[in-house]
Amino acid sequence: MDHLPALVNEARAAIAAAEDAQALDQVRVRFLGKKGEITALLKGLGRLSAEERPAAGERINEAKQALQQELDHRKRVIDEAALEAQLAAERIDVTLPGRGEVSGGLHPVTRTLERIESLFQHIGFEVAVGPEIEDDFHNFEALNIPAHHPARGMADTFYFDATRLLRTHTSPVQVRTMQSQQPPIRIVCPGRVYRSDSDLTHTPMFHQVEGLLVDEGVSFADLKGTIADFLHAFFERDDLEVRFRPSYFPFTEPSAEVDIQCVMCRGEGCRVCSQSGWLEVMGCGMVHPAVFRHSGVDPERYTGFAFGMGAERLAMLRYGVNDLRLFFDNDLRFLSQFN
Amino acid sequence: MKFSEAWLREWVSPALETQALADAITMAGLEVDAVEPVAAAFHGVVVATVTAKSPHPDADKLNVCQVDDGSGEPVQVVCGAPNVDVGQRVPFARVGAVLPDDFKIKRAKLRGVESCGMICSASELGLEEGRSEGIYVLPSDAPTGQDFRAWLGLDDHTIEVDLTPNRGDCLSLRGIAREVGSVTGAKVSEPTVSTVVARNNAQFPVSVRDGEGCPRYLGRVIRDVDVTAKTPLWMRERLRRSGIRSIDPAVDVTNYVMLELGQPMHAFDLDSLEGGIEVRRAVAGERLTLLDGQEVALDDATLVIADRNGPLAIAGVMGGETTGVTPRTRHLFLEAAFFSPLVVAGKARDFGLHTDASHRFERGVDPDITRTAMERATELLLSIVGGAPGPITEVRNPATLPHRGSVELRRDRLASCLGVRLADEEIQRIFRSLGMTSSVSGQTWHVQVPSWRFDVSIEEDLIEELARIHGYNRLPATRPEARLKLAADDEATQPLRRLRRHMVSRGYQEAVTYSFVSPELQSLIVPDGVSPVLANPISSDMSVMRHSLFPGLIKALTHNLNRQQQRVRLFEAGLVFQGPLDDLTQTPMFGGLICGPRSAEGWSVSREGVDFFDLKGDLESLMAMSGCAEEWTFVSASHPALHPGRSARLERNGKPVGWLGALHPQVRSQLDIKPDIYLFEVEQEALTRGVIPKFKPLSRYPEVRRDLAFLVEESVGVAPLVETIRAQAGEWLTRWQLFDVYQGAGVEEGTKSIALGLTWQHPSRTLNDEEINQLIADVVQAAQARFGARLRS
Repeated sequence: MDHLPALVNEARAAIAAAEDAQALDQVRVRFLGKKGEITALLKGLGRLSAEERPAAGERINEAKQALQQELDHRKRVIDEAALEAQLAAERIDVTLPGRGEVSGGLHPVTRTLERIESLFQHIGFEVAVGPEIEDDFHNFEALNIPAHHPARGMADTFYFDATRLLRTHTSPVQVRTMQSQQPPIRIVCPGRVYRSDSDLTHTPMFHQVEGLLVDEGVSFADLKGTIADFLHAFFERDDLEVRFRPSYFPFTEPSAEVDIQCVMCRGEGCRVCSQSGWLEVMGCGMVHPAVFRHSGVDPERYTGFAFGMGAERLAMLRYGVNDLRLFFDNDLRFLSQFN
Repeated sequence: MKFSEAWLREWVSPALETQALADAITMAGLEVDAVEPVAAAFHGVVVATVTAKSPHPDADKLNVCQVDDGSGEPVQVVCGAPNVDVGQRVPFARVGAVLPDDFKIKRAKLRGVESCGMICSASELGLEEGRSEGIYVLPSDAPTGQDFRAWLGLDDHTIEVDLTPNRGDCLSLRGIAREVGSVTGAKVSEPTVSTVVARNNAQFPVSVRDGEGCPRYLGRVIRDVDVTAKTPLWMRERLRRSGIRSIDPAVDVTNYVMLELGQPMHAFDLDSLEGGIEVRRAVAGERLTLLDGQEVALDDATLVIADRNGPLAIAGVMGGETTGVTPRTRHLFLEAAFFSPLVVAGKARDFGLHTDASHRFERGVDPDITRTAMERATELLLSIVGGAPGPITEVRNPATLPHRGSVELRRDRLASCLGVRLADEEIQRIFRSLGMTSSVSGQTWHVQVPSWRFDVSIEEDLIEELARIHGYNRLPATRPEARLKLAADDEATQPLRRLRRHMVSRGYQEAVTYSFVSPELQSLIVPDGVSPVLANPISSDMSVMRHSLFPGLIKALTHNLNRQQQRVRLFEAGLVFQGPLDDLTQTPMFGGLICGPRSAEGWSVSREGVDFFDLKGDLESLMAMSGCAEEWTFVSASHPALHPGRSARLERNGKPVGWLGALHPQVRSQLDIKPDIYLFEVEQEALTRGVIPKFKPLSRYPEVRRDLAFLVEESVGVAPLVETIRAQAGEWLTRWQLFDVYQGAGVEEGTKSIALGLTWQHPSRTLNDEEINQLIADVVQAAQARFGARLRS
């Protein structure tokens, strides 16, 4: 019994010296295990007198509890250290890039077309498409452009033979739609169009979105309002100035070209707007009665407006692209800028 | 149409600065393309007279001149121009003058002789392109001492208007002035044209045999002219400022009248004409050498001006070489006619020509201006070349002359079309300013259309005129009203947008390639494919419509490979054009291409190159979007552009809809492409057509999985084997996995091991071992029977 304090001190030292869970467990077994040294003292109580036994038992139990507490404490310290060590060992550089496929992207023309489609779909327009190899009737005749009309010179046409050609605009889709359904009609027609022109500012293929709204009582004022709303929404600028300039298209009357205040210089005058402060962005007008008649719509009952714009042109202005031809080189360094 | 601002202001001069005037013209619908000064900036140049000239003592090519510049003191100047002479009036740059390009004139010594100024050439003053021959000799009445700029009116601008094809009436000062008057309210004053009194009875017979083509023809003989006379400077300047070169007085005057009044004219050398003028259709086989030297073959679609010997000119397009005015011409025959637009339309283009005359006749020349133009031209010519005019010969066919009727305009229609009611006074003012007489009865305006407006014949034309002159930007803007109607939405069909985004998330960039490709490239890819060929391509390598998306994708790939890009993943959606024109299909396709490393270069990915299964996996994921993956099969088949052992025909429900494979090594080497490339294309419709998901209840009972490894001959395809196994595995088979394909050690040469995991689950009870064992026995037996497959022990 007399060596209990020494034993406790020895155990304390051993606990403190234990470096890991295994060593600590050995200490526990050595002092507090079934055959441990302190446990042995308890077993030796029987040799003491009945008077001495309770006090001695109490001292031993106290010592045992104290050691158990120290063991538990030490265990927590060791476990924490072990976790710390594990976490430290598992540390990674979270700034390294992730693994897996990198995202690609839509072509800027698609991005622009989809944006235009969506804006109009929100106010009840539907998307309509049609063939690109067209016939003379749908591309010209039905649009009030008879053979030898000087307006045929406005669009340099790619021909296959006397009557078949690559569509020069997406207007034939409007004709086809009017032929197949009665008003009200609200459509936008996106797609590829072709003109035999190739230089710095023209490519022989480009994309257009044309729109058509036919109903009773549609007015030029409605056209103006719709176009202005669209341009404000497309460029996300409600203060963008929009002006309508009289022009001529055989398939609309009255016809207008639409200019916006230059989005590059805000109307101050720059290279992009040729110092004029204005940019021509689209053509539009009220559907010509001859087009209605060719398409089977009663021009006395219905009126309508149509508009058309070049997707590349709008994409160039929106994203600041300065070379039209980049759209068709498919250079990844260009395409990936729109991802 | 190009004209000088100063000339226009003689007709109509609103109180607007140059730019504001141009803007007003633009906003009337005549788009001003350019406003440019008629002369470059310079100052300090005066009209001077050369009073003396003597050779330079030390230089052969120089003269020492004395000029009178109006200052009172003679000025000495050294001049190198060979044409300088005493008595000439010349533009003289005084010391201190600044010529174009900031060229400052200083006192100088040329080879020891003092020179105080410079006698200028036209090009030194920016009045002529290139380098002028010698100094600019002015008319003898040029006032010595006067500022040259002011004297020639050089503070003027050339305004260029890009006219739309309906506005032929604006191809003259007269037309432009009318528009300016209309939009600005300024008064328009026409020059007075007086009737020229005939001084003899000289006439040349005219017969018009095609009254449809030529409703009106006027001719006039002018005898004893001197066409070597010089066109006056004011006229040459006006022509120059309108972009027309001065040729000789006859041509200059006809051009001048054309610019002024819009009437193209022609002057013949009377002595070169035989018999009389005949206006008729050409006879097939007739030939004519035109003024530009080109010889053309004529046919009966062409209206010609002919004499007894044959065609002299293509009516309304261009005159012939042999009957034109030359310096030896003594007598003129002047022509002013109205040719019908439909007869002239397209003719010039047929002969590869585009002339000022054809441009106007195609669009419509005022049929009532013919006589005025003839008088005007005669008057101007007489003042330059002298001579004695005969009476005008006129052939007129009233039945074929255009007749401009009256057009009705309903008040309500006008208001509903524009969305606003215009005041009657405004309507009247606009009609009047455009030369239209109008009257109202009830709710309808009756408007008489003037002879020059070929573009006004229906109510909408009048509405446009009113809107245009009133000002589009003064009209209201509203939002259209419509009944709300839900659009149909076909849920089973995948939108193309979704396919595109799917490819994007798999690392592809979308390409947009031209729909026409090089025939060489196309025939390499689809040797037997027939596609429409353009009659007038931009270039031969863009002349045939694409039969497949492959050529465009390959071209885009090479563009990128040539720019050091190693990893390329592209897709494109668009039409392909298959078959001859008369049996053409235009099919929306969806295609893609991969090349280079499987993964983008990184710190923890391998740089292994892509293979067939990378692309197939992407394609399968697209196919799965329709919810009908099981309807697709990949059939080993050969395609001329694809590697025969690495290509598959894509079939949906047995119908071929596309291809997948490696580009054939031979094709690759012909295209000089080094890396392996894999491509696919498939009909969009097959990818987008899908089904609406249908729910099946979830089973509460355990699933049973068994793994089986089969040994089969190398040539056995996995897909048909799996198909057989699935068919035998019964209705409770819920899943299968192909988890290993092995060839090599432990497996007999020429055979491969295929390991499958089969999972069964019953909807309403637990499956027992006997049932599963029986199914497996059936599966093994069928696999053995169809493919000689053995279970691997």
